[in-house]
Amino acid sequence: MTIAAEARAGHQFSHGWLTRLFDYKPFLVFICLLPALGLLLVFLSYPLGLGVWLAFTDTRIGRAGYFIGFENFQSLWHDPVFITSVWNTLLYTGVATVGKFALGLWLALLLNNHLPFKSLLRALILVPWIVPTVLSAIAFWWIYDPQFSIISYILVDVLGWRDTYIDFLGAPWPARFSLIAANIWRGIPFVAISLLAGLQTISPALYEAAMLDGANAWQRFRHVTLPMLMPILAVVLTFSVLFTFTDFQLVYAITRGGPINSTHLMATLAFQRGIPGGQLGEGAAIAVAMIPFLVMATLFSYFALARRKWQQGEDND
Amino acid sequence: MASVQIADVRKAYGSTQVIHGVDIDIDDGEFVILVGPSGCGKSTLLRMIAGLENITGGEIRIGPRVVNDVPPKERDIAMVFQNYALYPHMTVADNMAFSMKLRKAPKAEIDERVSKAASILGLEKLLDRYPRQLSGGQRQRVAMGRAIVRNPQVFLFDEPLSNLDAKLRVQMRTEIKELHQRLKTTTVYVTHDQIEAMTMADKIVVMHDGIVEQMGAPLDLYDNPANLFVAAFIGSPSMNLLKGTIRANGFETEGGVIWPIGKHPTDSNDRAAVLGIRPEHLMLDPNGLPAEVVVIEPMGSETQVVVRCGGQDLTCIFRERITAKPGENIHIRPDTSVTHLFDAATGKRI
Repeated sequence: MTIAAEARAGHQFSHGWLTRLFDYKPFLVFICLLPALGLLLVFLSYPLGLGVWLAFTDTRIGRAGYFIGFENFQSLWHDPVFITSVWNTLLYTGVATVGKFALGLWLALLLNNHLPFKSLLRALILVPWIVPTVLSAIAFWWIYDPQFSIISYILVDVLGWRDTYIDFLGAPWPARFSLIAANIWRGIPFVAISLLAGLQTISPALYEAAMLDGANAWQRFRHVTLPMLMPILAVVLTFSVLFTFTDFQLVYAITRGGPINSTHLMATLAFQRGIPGGQLGEGAAIAVAMIPFLVMATLFSYFALARRKWQQGEDND
Repeated sequence: MASVQIADVRKAYGSTQVIHGVDIDIDDGEFVILVGPSGCGKSTLLRMIAGLENITGGEIRIGPRVVNDVPPKERDIAMVFQNYALYPHMTVADNMAFSMKLRKAPKAEIDERVSKAASILGLEKLLDRYPRQLSGGQRQRVAMGRAIVRNPQVFLFDEPLSNLDAKLRVQMRTEIKELHQRLKTTTVYVTHDQIEAMTMADKIVVMHDGIVEQMGAPLDLYDNPANLFVAAFIGSPSMNLLKGTIRANGFETEGGVIWPIGKHPTDSNDRAAVLGIRPEHLMLDPNGLPAEVVVIEPMGSETQVVVRCGGQDLTCIFRERITAKPGENIHIRPDTSVTHLFDAATGKRI
């Protein structure tokens, strides 16, 4: 009988010990976070860490490298192809973002009106975004083809405005702007739909109040729409800048960085040097060189956003 | 300040007509309340005065000018919205100054008018706050301040108190009324709350299904409702309405009870009608009609009693305290000088 009682007490003790452990909040938090942490460590932190490490070595495919400090970065500093790719990336990101936002905002404002077939139009707008990038790249490849380009056909054969077909992808500047145009086309839906969602949260009564206060259409846009849209605009801008800055697919599928390396972005150059070129260390160094730009872009919009949040009311009833 | 004339105004959305020819004359400086149940067209009418809705037919004049095709900003009106519609990204001062800034008024004049409006409404200490940092009543005041700063010909209020709690509503009611007495600006005010209408208006316009049922001073409407709708809508608790027939010796209800009634046209005898008696016009009288007590609600100053008489429930308000228990009988009689008779078919007053 005493043994049974002891066993019962022991059982109760172990039960209480486990219960207490699981009631201990830090332990529970740790247990619940473990799967996510594991995935992040294996698939995010490890590759990122490895990439950063590789950037400081002279690793090539098939040969483990040695730590060489900043040598990769020093040689890149004097590499005209790399410098061109940095300028290309900045130009590509800058012009494409401005284009995407101008057209996307315009489209969002249009779609925010009462239009016939509104939901169908909204669905259609999304098409460029849901089509696989490579597929749209191939389509643009055709559109920009020196011989079969539909743009050239229309300009030369239909309208007769030009005598010769345009060589879109054969010369550096036309190739750069052709790629920017393709990127804008792809990026508009994301901007337009996100901003449309933002526009729809603005109470119509505010526009009516502004109308009674004597604001014309431009003033209503300037003093009501734009400030109210600022928070979402900042978020969408950040995402758009990040996506455009790190773009790879479109450029690699259409021009592969050519002609004569004039359209390489940092991402495509990193891949080109690292994988087909075999210089893993150098490729990694190019990729790592993107990080400061991305951090700056994120911080910029983070602070812009934080300021707006203070101004913005949660609700107005 | 200006008068407002609404002449045979109609509104249709496609083939659905929502306002069927409304005529209202609003004098300079008058406080007019449009009241009616949801969907009666009162807000639509107000928005047509503001210029936020097109006018399908008829004419609206503000002062001497027909404003049918005048854009809202040129009508010289100010509106207070139900949800206040304050610009959330502007401070209280900027909200109030916005219209003047758009007009490029000199800064000194803007400051002067804003601070004057702020002092009228007690907003001096809140001028640097954002709308989300204000309580409901303060937002309401800012919305009014924004209207005052404009110094418009007409104030329009679209259910401005419906987002406030009961106590604040009573307080704001007084404030709005006081403001009107001070500024004497012509005001059109929309509400579904007949108590707001009764307490604030110089003139009430009762609307129902896109037409004006009756128009007049609050007590006129209360004492002489033109039809059954107005009789039932105005007054709280609402008027007791009994169906039956007018007889030479009184009013016979469907339950067979004969109610004494006051003077009525003799040619109306044997006519199917509705008898209306306000709760406070029923009195205790030992020689009155027997009625069974259903519910007693003592309120202190008065007692509200629901009684059943001839199979029909009636609400009575007595100044006396009632000792009867539910289930017991009391005897009541109406004050025959203030009973109302309505035609059963048309609902019109007899």
